[in-house]
Amino acid sequence: MISVELQPRASRGLHLFAVFTGLWALMVISIGGLVTSKGVGMAVPDWPTTYGYNMFFFPIRLWDGGIFHEHLHRLVASGLGLLTLILAAWASFVRSSRSIRILVWVAAALVIVQGVLGGKRVLLNGIDFLGMPGSIFFGVLHATTAQLFLGLLAVIALLTHPRWRAELRQLPGARRGGWVAALTALTLLQLMIAATMRHQHAGLAIPDFPLAYQRFYPPTDQTFLDGLNQRRLGVVDDAPVTAFQIHLQMMHRFVGMLLVASAIVLWLSCRRETKAWRRVLGGWLSLYGIQFCLGAATIWTNKAADIATVHVSVGALILSGGALLAVARFSMERQFRRAFQPCSPADGLLKSAAESGVPRIS
Amino acid sequence: MKQLIHLAAFVAGSAAVLAGDVTGTITLKGTPPPEKPIAPLNADPNCGKVAKGPVTTRHYVVGAGGGLGNVVVYVKGGLEGKKFDAPATKAVMDQVACLYEPYVMAAQVGQAVEIRNSDPFLHNVNFMKSDAGNKTFNFAQGGAAKPVDKVFENQEVFVKFQCNVHPWMFGYIGVVANPYFAVTDKDGKFTIKGLPAGKYTVAIKHLKAGEIVQELEVKDSGAELKAVLEVK
Repeated sequence: MISVELQPRASRGLHLFAVFTGLWALMVISIGGLVTSKGVGMAVPDWPTTYGYNMFFFPIRLWDGGIFHEHLHRLVASGLGLLTLILAAWASFVRSSRSIRILVWVAAALVIVQGVLGGKRVLLNGIDFLGMPGSIFFGVLHATTAQLFLGLLAVIALLTHPRWRAELRQLPGARRGGWVAALTALTLLQLMIAATMRHQHAGLAIPDFPLAYQRFYPPTDQTFLDGLNQRRLGVVDDAPVTAFQIHLQMMHRFVGMLLVASAIVLWLSCRRETKAWRRVLGGWLSLYGIQFCLGAATIWTNKAADIATVHVSVGALILSGGALLAVARFSMERQFRRAFQPCSPADGLLKSAAESGVPRIS
Repeated sequence: MKQLIHLAAFVAGSAAVLAGDVTGTITLKGTPPPEKPIAPLNADPNCGKVAKGPVTTRHYVVGAGGGLGNVVVYVKGGLEGKKFDAPATKAVMDQVACLYEPYVMAAQVGQAVEIRNSDPFLHNVNFMKSDAGNKTFNFAQGGAAKPVDKVFENQEVFVKFQCNVHPWMFGYIGVVANPYFAVTDKDGKFTIKGLPAGKYTVAIKHLKAGEIVQELEVKDSGAELKAVLEVK
């Protein structure tokens, strides 16, 4: 289990740096989302060079059209790699706990893997993996790893806070940690579905909402698909819609509604919790509502690049927020267990302690 | 020896006589959705300068009498076991004002396709995915760059080119294993030259309207083919 023995003065800078790195990662994800939204992921056909140049010396006069977005994504992502390595070195240098040292080096390894995945997505674009084109296989893997990486940075930022335990004590009685974790896991599944949808490069498989082709569930027979593909005349010539893509989008909608419904239930179930916890939880849960609206807007605007990208960014925020809250919640539970270990079985006491106020932790 | 030469000339002449042209028209039944303006092209700092006015998509090019352009008509069956040398002439795909020109073309397997860039700035040419095992590629072509030749080894209708720098840029090549193919003009008309007399299966394929196949008997004098594609 996670524990922290950082010296407050030593860790304040580290914590702020971890927060900065997390925000930088969110920016990288957003630019990456824009690259996919605009369909310009292959605007730079080589990697790690950019049109034969060392990527850091690629002339600005050549940053044209899709090159601008893709190259910017690479540069900003390179910066993230550097920041993460500095974070790992810093955390190792100061007297941080073993848990933090492990987490930062996992993050460092992950950011390198992520960079390679991004490169492979470009280089192996036309090659099939596990029955999928490389563009989809590596694209989905790249997108999912990015989300997980941001979640990890959020947790590191929390654990490097000099007084994170003390801060958490301001949230006494915080419960529903299992719910938060379950909701976060379901969010991750939803983000993977979304990444698979986005990397089909088929535009909107279903162009209307809340209905789907004016039905609750659209047909997917070949005659229907042939007809709709004949009439899809996009500026960007998207790939033809397949039955798989329709089912995938329907699943995305269904899971989206399930997430919003779960968020509402969780919120309602926390009415008796402390104000502080409700505020924190409410802030996170409200993102689900915003995200649902953004999903609808993505369809109503025919997948406008900016709206679709904000949809991606908020999804990343929800996942990292969920990871943060779940870790915080389970850490608190551990604190309670430690505090009341001699009085086991602790369940009843744990509950009463949690509901009654702040336990003193030795 | 002289007699042999005469005989060879006679056989060759006969073969020429026994090959006819296939002409015809492909029409579209139904009304396709209207084409869309390519607003990003005109808004792009480079492309906007070279564009000649507002540009629209070219999914359905429908001409006089419902004739449908950009349809690849090719012999799909009836030539089994025969081998055809690739022509020495190159097929040309150009990039002009941030569009591929022509939008749809055809080439023979093994024939060099010359890819040009007539624009004064960079495009990338991305042949991303092949269902027929053709070698994919993605290369950059600057404004002053020399043309690049590419050869396709397998029949594939259509090979899709894409520029990711300007993501509205698409171009298509129908790669056919034999020399008997054509692309319809804006009025849906086409001519396939020199098809030997015989019975064939002809494929008629459009990017959006789909593919139909039709049996065709070619006589010494040639043949006429009329077909209708339908937008549902």
